[in-house]
Amino acid sequence: MRMRYVIISAIVIFILIIFAISLNRDSTYSTEKLIGKKIENFNSKDFYTKEIKDSKILKTKDFSLINYWASWCAPCRVEHSELMQLSKKENLNIIGINFKDKKNEAEQFLNELGNPYDHLLIDQDGRFSINLGVYGIPESILINKELKILKKFVGPLDSKRVIEITEVIQ
Amino acid sequence: MKLIRFITIFFIAQLNISVFSENIKISENQIFKNLRCLVCQGQSISESNSDFANTIKLVVKDKLSEGYNENEIYSFLVSKYGEWIVYKPPFSSSNLLLWTLPYIFLLIGAFFLIKIAINKKKFK
Repeated sequence: MRMRYVIISAIVIFILIIFAISLNRDSTYSTEKLIGKKIENFNSKDFYTKEIKDSKILKTKDFSLINYWASWCAPCRVEHSELMQLSKKENLNIIGINFKDKKNEAEQFLNELGNPYDHLLIDQDGRFSINLGVYGIPESILINKELKILKKFVGPLDSKRVIEITEVIQ
Repeated sequence: MKLIRFITIFFIAQLNISVFSENIKISENQIFKNLRCLVCQGQSISESNSDFANTIKLVVKDKLSEGYNENEIYSFLVSKYGEWIVYKPPFSSSNLLLWTLPYIFLLIGAFFLIKIAINKKKFK
């Protein structure tokens, strides 16, 4: 009889522990797992010439920041001043990937707010975004010359994130 | 005679093509149903019409035509988005409890049932 109570109590305690762990666990999705991994099969069309660009463009400076953006994306407008500020860093190569956008609207966006990109590419149907683990824009991925992902920012860049990037590339 | 042979071969080929494309469609849907739409509320890729879901559908179709099988497609997407993207996560050390717990409880339940049955027999 005593044994039965011990077993039932143990099961109840175990279930409560599982509940406590599950309820306290952060269930928001993040792509943190990509950090430390290498970018593979990088090839995307040039925004202007439609030529295919491969990973060579990621190796021109010590660090590269791949920024997914579109003219129809309001947060992209918000982060643009931060990108303009980052474009002044000598060892940072900023690669813009224009996502599911209209060319003339994208050009108008850059004419209005400035062009911070060393290379501008295009991902018309979004296929390439999956290769980089992108699920919403804007998203920015900081990588080194060895194409290793150092940081990934989901959502717009802000002053705090710019400081984070600056600390890494210094 | 030649014409009959030609028509027969033509129809068999057509049948094979339609069966093959039907198979691809079935496995496409099967895969879409097991993938979670990360930007939707409780919807699978199959149910969702969001931008993200449509892009994933394109990529799955590409991978199938490249010769990837279902598990290879899941592994590819898990490597990009983590296990959260699949409804049925692959067996790993981090989800060991998730996979084994139901069987453990089943065994414990069976043990108690047998014990109760034996005790009842003894009292009789």
